[in-house]
Amino acid sequence: MSALTSVLLLAQDPPDKETLAPINYGAIMPLLIIIGAACIGVLLEAFLPRHQRWSAQVFLTLLAVVGAGAAMALYLSDAPAEGELTLSDSLAIDRPALFLWGTLLALALGAVLMIADRSVEPGGALVAQAAVRPGTKQDREQRLGAQPHRRDAARFQMQTEVFPLTLFALGGMMTFCAANDLLTMFVALEVLSLPLYLMCGLARRRRLLSQEAAVKYFLLGAFASAFFLYGLALLYGYAGSVRLADIANAAAGSDRSDTLLFAGMALLIVGLLFKGSVGPFHAWTPDVYQGAPTPITAFMAACTKVAAFGAILRVLQVGLESTQWEWRGVLWGVAIVSMVIGAVLGLTQTDIKRMIAYSSIAHAGFMMVGAIVLNEDGLSSTLFYLLTYGFTTLAAFGVVSLVRDADGEATHLSQWAGLAKRSPLVAGVFAFLLLAMAGIPLTSGFIGKFVVFSAALSDGMAPLVVVALIASAVAAFFYLRVIVLMYFSEPAPDGPTVTVPGAFTTAAITLGVVVTLLLGLVPAFALDWADAGTFALR
Amino acid sequence: MTSSSGAALLVALLLIPLAGAIVVALLRDNDKLAKQTALGFALVELAVAVVAWIDYDPSAERFQQHFSLDWIPAFGVHIAFGVDGIALVMVAVTALLVPLVIGFGWAEKLPAQRTAGGFLSLILLQQAITIGVFAATDVFLFYVLFEIMLIPMYFLIGNYGGARRQYAAVKFFLYSFLGGLIMLASAIGAYSLASDELGKGTFDWATLVEVVSNAPLSNQIWIFLGFFLAFAVKAPLVPLHTWLPDAAAEAPIGVAVLLVGILDKVGTFGFLRYLLPMTPDAAVELAPLVLVMGVAGVLYGALLATMQRDMKRFIAYVSIAHFGFIAIGVFAFTAQAEVGAVTYMVNHSISTGMLILVIGMVIARGGSSLISDYGGLAKITPALAGVFLLAGLSTLSLPGTNSFISEFLVLIGAYGPEPVYTILATIGMVLAALYVLWLYQRIFHGPVRGSALVNVAGGPGTALAPEVGARKAIFDLNGREKLVLAPLVVLVIGLGFYPAPVIDVVTPSVDATLQSVGISDGGN
Repeated sequence: MSALTSVLLLAQDPPDKETLAPINYGAIMPLLIIIGAACIGVLLEAFLPRHQRWSAQVFLTLLAVVGAGAAMALYLSDAPAEGELTLSDSLAIDRPALFLWGTLLALALGAVLMIADRSVEPGGALVAQAAVRPGTKQDREQRLGAQPHRRDAARFQMQTEVFPLTLFALGGMMTFCAANDLLTMFVALEVLSLPLYLMCGLARRRRLLSQEAAVKYFLLGAFASAFFLYGLALLYGYAGSVRLADIANAAAGSDRSDTLLFAGMALLIVGLLFKGSVGPFHAWTPDVYQGAPTPITAFMAACTKVAAFGAILRVLQVGLESTQWEWRGVLWGVAIVSMVIGAVLGLTQTDIKRMIAYSSIAHAGFMMVGAIVLNEDGLSSTLFYLLTYGFTTLAAFGVVSLVRDADGEATHLSQWAGLAKRSPLVAGVFAFLLLAMAGIPLTSGFIGKFVVFSAALSDGMAPLVVVALIASAVAAFFYLRVIVLMYFSEPAPDGPTVTVPGAFTTAAITLGVVVTLLLGLVPAFALDWADAGTFALR
Repeated sequence: MTSSSGAALLVALLLIPLAGAIVVALLRDNDKLAKQTALGFALVELAVAVVAWIDYDPSAERFQQHFSLDWIPAFGVHIAFGVDGIALVMVAVTALLVPLVIGFGWAEKLPAQRTAGGFLSLILLQQAITIGVFAATDVFLFYVLFEIMLIPMYFLIGNYGGARRQYAAVKFFLYSFLGGLIMLASAIGAYSLASDELGKGTFDWATLVEVVSNAPLSNQIWIFLGFFLAFAVKAPLVPLHTWLPDAAAEAPIGVAVLLVGILDKVGTFGFLRYLLPMTPDAAVELAPLVLVMGVAGVLYGALLATMQRDMKRFIAYVSIAHFGFIAIGVFAFTAQAEVGAVTYMVNHSISTGMLILVIGMVIARGGSSLISDYGGLAKITPALAGVFLLAGLSTLSLPGTNSFISEFLVLIGAYGPEPVYTILATIGMVLAALYVLWLYQRIFHGPVRGSALVNVAGGPGTALAPEVGARKAIFDLNGREKLVLAPLVVLVIGLGFYPAPVIDVVTPSVDATLQSVGISDGGN
């Protein structure tokens, strides 16, 4: 990996020492805090005794996320409105990047809380030792979790490497959506992906399913990275530069071969769409969402989507802006395919995590609708949609982790029958989140759909909006089906129980629900923030 | 501008049921207290509605008692409410029917594990949102309330309904939700027109009416179709009606009253408030489409009502026929037909609401909603039979009942411009006499018969004289039921002989609506 990067770095002109602009440490401080904390986390893992690691890691991780948020707020107080470039112009710290960073940090805070929770599943939802093979005696022992009455309970606490891994992934995501050249973007893509591949395989229960998910995600992710890299290489061959603005300039006025440009563009976009789980590049999503430990799924579903669409928006609106007539028609099709696949296949799902996975594919289609609107409304509406989607999904997976029976989480839909009678609060919260995903007014989901659709209509994409509306109505059916099950069906006698969550998961779910409600009732401040500025076009 | 006391009245009308819903939801442990509290809130609401009616001055400006707050400044969205004559009468009817529904349900047994507090809380929430829909003067706010209006109704049908309640609730929700989404596209389209025209988008009703009504016909047609689809699902016009028989048949009686009596009126209300003023050219252009759907509804609803075996489904088809009639009145574009249509909306709420309630009382006695399970009931419950007959006669618009004058105005007003459609719709009136009187005859006359009445009490001699057993188990109207029906009886007869209060309130608003279509007070 690093060898590859250095080889590619040589392809760029070596920067001249005299003209190198000073690094703006204030602007990249949030990123430095996250990556730095991740490195410290690795060291803690090496030097601390086992029983101290969890508390130290949780403290460090939360501190890093909050600290990064504070550093960003500090920078934001006197940041230039048009954004600025730093680190030899490889990062663009502009308003959309800062909006995405804020979103990512807030979502990561919720996800870390869920990952750290050890009360829902005794010892945590993650495996005690990743090396334990499924089906062995150790596996059976660790599956029971860190039961408090056992003397050796500490041996079965969750593996704490997950915290530095989360921070690395988060750092990668933040770099991904601020990257101003394709090479930085590629490195960020790998930094965010590799930890996620690992984390998917760390489920405490159903180890085989979890490891299968990890392998699947890794293999398909590697393909997608390769696509991205090929696209990058071809575009470099075309434009002679990997910087987004240079590619846009080259494409705007040159007599170079269009084949390179189109092939490079297509491969690059495929790689990005894969990360955003946009149909028809979505095939990994249901399996991975289902197999990964639920807190990791929450992190992945919420944060990866935000980061991927941040990058998609930047590539489309900065790098490929001047060639929009070439790719726009294709991405129309992609958006339609994604919405239709998500909505229609979602109807047939019987597993709640797979259902939310298909829902996220449909949502990715809605986001694509916003992403191909090439004006300020398109950018701000997609950013806002990402914000609403992230928090709703985070809270939804939080609730999924609470409904359990003796075998762990009860994810089969039939097990959710009559949940409202057993625990009205959990059912009420989940129903609210489902209504938000369906886009019912007074939830954030509605405002998100509204801004995206109105941006698309203002850009003359009425047919796409009609498809989106029909997809919304179809998708509403499977959300409603869960509400019907929870409220109108009689509970099964041996149905699952709802675990009373500890403070961590409660805080994460509360965060998601409150944001979903607030953005539905008073979206003005977030809309203003999403609309604060455009990408730095240099 | 109106006095601030007027605005306070409207705020109270919106907040009283909302507060009631919250308070009653907290009283789920105590059914009796929950019922009393809910009834208390509903009666206060009714009293405020009466004051609001008196406060409204039909000769002054059209929208009164209004207030407005910024909601989403980026899109020019306001929380803005205000009532015109048409909205006022619908708000008043809503305030009237809710206490009656609560009174009707006083002794009703809810399904297992359901509490009266939960049920009544949803009823009051439904009331608050529905009043909001009628009073909203911001198109975005209207859409928001139009959609969330589905949620309490969805839970009311799905949680408290009959055997196929899940199916009915989901069908109801999906139909309305899809219609609403398409309306949203049209609302956004109107918004973009306004933002192109004015430089800054807004959802203010008056501004959008101004902008869109001057837009080219091609734009108007798209906006018209989006709104029309949502309203035609809601009001149900044939062929978008198929959710109503299921929803009405599975809903508990009180909920069916609100569904058919109030919620569905949002559709025809939308025709008048949104379609005609906003897209007048498209409305005139596409009027034949609506008229065909209206006539189809009148005939199809009437024929199917005649054939129904279930009383609750019967009501649904009767309403489909009536909604077709109202649509004809609205799209005939004459002052008489229009006033007739608006008063028909009110009178239909009263007479159909009454008919559903008396049918509910029949079902409460016999435990079945199948017509064939009854017969000769008038021998046992003469008072119930009398009220049933009155409700039925009002449904078929007999002169002297409230509906007559509305139906008459629609027919007179529509005959001039649209004689063919009007003559066809008149056939619906003949069929109405058939289905109402035949229903009455089967349930109440002849010898006592039917499995709901015969052998209910058992005992010796019941085989020879079936009514002996039925007399022991089935009683005539009790005091509570008389109290529930009395206001409706008074209104049916009172408005039948003296309809002026309603007509006077709605006429200026109707004239204003017609002027926006380019017709100034044609026939009067």
